[in-house]
Amino acid sequence: MQHGKYRFIVGFLAVPLGLYALFVIWPFIQSIYYSFTDWTGLSPEFKMVGFDNYSRMLDDDIFWKSLQHSVMFALLVPLVTLSLALFFSFMINVGGRRRRGGPAITGVRGSGFYKIVYFFPQVLSIAIVALLFQFAYNPDSGAINSLLRGIGLDSVQPLWLGDPDIALWCVMAVLVWSTVGFFVVLFSAGMASIPAELYEAALLDGANRATTFFKVTLPLLWDTVQSGWVYMGILALGAESFAVVQIMTTGPGGPDYSTTVMVLYVYQKAFRDGQAAYATTIGVALLVVTLAFAAVVMRLGRRERLEY
Amino acid sequence: MKTTETPAPVPAEPGTPVLKTRAAPGGPKEGKKEGTTLNVFSHGVLVIWAIMVGLPLVWAVMTSFKDDASIFGSPWSLPDKLNFDNWSRAWSQAHMSDYFLNTILVVGGSLVGTLVLGSMAAYVLARFDFPGNRFIYYLFIAGMSFPIMLALVPLFYVVDNMGMLNTIHGLILVYIAYSLPFTVFFLTGFFRTLPTSVAEAAFVDGASHSRTFFQVMLPMAKPGLISVGIFNFLGQWNQYMLPTVLNTDPDKHVLTQGLVQLAVSQGYKGDWSGLFAGLVMAMLPVLAAYIIFQRQVVQGLTAGALK
Repeated sequence: MQHGKYRFIVGFLAVPLGLYALFVIWPFIQSIYYSFTDWTGLSPEFKMVGFDNYSRMLDDDIFWKSLQHSVMFALLVPLVTLSLALFFSFMINVGGRRRRGGPAITGVRGSGFYKIVYFFPQVLSIAIVALLFQFAYNPDSGAINSLLRGIGLDSVQPLWLGDPDIALWCVMAVLVWSTVGFFVVLFSAGMASIPAELYEAALLDGANRATTFFKVTLPLLWDTVQSGWVYMGILALGAESFAVVQIMTTGPGGPDYSTTVMVLYVYQKAFRDGQAAYATTIGVALLVVTLAFAAVVMRLGRRERLEY
Repeated sequence: MKTTETPAPVPAEPGTPVLKTRAAPGGPKEGKKEGTTLNVFSHGVLVIWAIMVGLPLVWAVMTSFKDDASIFGSPWSLPDKLNFDNWSRAWSQAHMSDYFLNTILVVGGSLVGTLVLGSMAAYVLARFDFPGNRFIYYLFIAGMSFPIMLALVPLFYVVDNMGMLNTIHGLILVYIAYSLPFTVFFLTGFFRTLPTSVAEAAFVDGASHSRTFFQVMLPMAKPGLISVGIFNFLGQWNQYMLPTVLNTDPDKHVLTQGLVQLAVSQGYKGDWSGLFAGLVMAMLPVLAAYIIFQRQVVQGLTAGALK
C-alpha cells in the first residue's frame, strides 16, 4: 500500500489540519505572546511590556475573586453532580426490589422513564436553561418564590440572584441541574457492563446496598467517574460557566462581583474594556488552572485498575 | 476482589435498619418489608428529581401561552386561554424565524464539514504510519482541554482580518475547527476497530487510496459517524460562547444569541409572553428529536466518555 501514500496523507490532512492550526492553535500561541504586550485590541500598535500584565493581575482584587469562584466551580459542581448521578444511577440500575422469579439484581420500576426524563436538560442549550432559570429566580414574579408563597412560606422570599451571598450558589445549582442527567445515563451504561455475578456474590455474602455500592459498584466504575470529573470540571471552568454567569447575573458577574468567573472576566476585559493584552493574561491563568485541575484529578484519582 | 472481605451475613433483627437487604432465602417476610421501605425511599428520591427536572419545562410551556398580566400575577396557574398570538409574535416580530434559519445554515454547514474533514484526518491518523503521526494526533487531542476563551481574544482579530466577522461562512469554519478535536479523537479510535482486510482487498483490486476511503471505509464507519454526528449537532446547535464573540450583528444571530438578545430587549418592551413563546419554540424541536431518537442520542453523547 505504498503507492502514492504520502500524496494521499498530505492531501487528506492538509485542510483539516490547516483549519485547526489557523483557528485554534495559532490563536492560542498568539494569546500567550500578547499577554506580554500592552495591546488594547482597538489599534494594531503595541509594545512589549514584559511581566507588567502579570504583576497587575496579582494585585487585581477582581481577578482573585474570579479565580476563587472558578475553583469553586471546578471542585463543587462536579462533586455534587457526580454524587447525585452516582446515587440516582445506582438506584435506577441496582436498587430495585427482587421480584419473584426475576434476576437478583434489577433496577427500580420505571428505570427507562427516569433515564429519559433526567436527560432532558442535556439536549437543551445551556443558554436556554440559563434564561429559564433567570425568570424562575425572579424574586417578585419568579416560579420559585411564588411556589414558596403557595406552600405558605411567605416569609422565605430570598432575592436569589440579587443577593451577593447566595447568587453564586444559585448559578452553580443551575449547572448541576442541567448536567446530572448526562452522568446518570453515562454511569448507567457503565453499571450495565458490570457482571451480575459480582452483585450476586456480594448479596450472598450478606452485603447491604451501601456496602455493595462502595465495595463493588464504585471501584469498578472508578475510571468513568474520574474522566467524568475532568470533563465536567473543564466545562465548569470554561464554556458552561461563561454562559450561565453571563446570562443570569446582573452586571454580568454581580451583584458586587459575587459571581464573576475567570472566563467571564477574560471576555469583559477583551471585548468590553478594550484591554485585550490584559485579557489574554487572565486567559493564560485560566489555562494554568485548567491544566493543573486536570493533572490533580488524574493523579489523586489514580488507582489500581480492576479487571473484570 | 474486595467483595469477599465484607462481613458475614447480618443476623436478622426484626425491625432494624432500612439499608439491609436480605437476599439469601430464609426470611421472606422480613425481607419483603425491608425491601418495601427502601423501595419507597429510593423511588421517592427518584420521583422528586424527575419533578425537579420536568417542572421548570412544564412551567415554561404553560407560561408561553399566558398573557403578560397572569405571568406576573400568578406564575403557577394554568393559562385561562391559549394565547397563540404569543407564538406568532415571537416567530415574526421577534425574528425567531430568522434565528432559526441562521442556526440551520450554520449548523448544517458545520456538521457536514466537521464530519467530512474529521473523518479524513482520523482515517489517515488511524491507518497510516508516517513521521509526525503521533504529534498531529496529540495536537488535536490537546484542543479538548484548553479553555477556548483564551484563543477567542486573538481569534476575533484573525477572523476580522480575513473579513469573515459576522458572516455565516466564517462562523461555520470556526465551528468546524473547534469541533475537530473530539471528532478526530473519537473517529480515530473508531477507524482502528474496523477490519483492515476489506480496505486491502479494495486496494488490491485497483482502487486508489481516496476511492477506498470514500467508497469502502466511510460506509463501514457509519455507526461511528452517526454517534459523533449527533454529539456535534447538539454541541453546535446549542453553542453560545463562539457566536457571542464572533457574531455580533443582530441580523446574523443564531438561536441562543437571539433569545438572550430578546430577553434583554424585552426587559424594555415588556413582552414576556412573547419571549417565553420563543424559548419554548427553541426547546421543543430538540426535545422532540431527542425523544424520537433517544437511543442514538444517548449512545452518541456517552460513547466518547466511555472510551
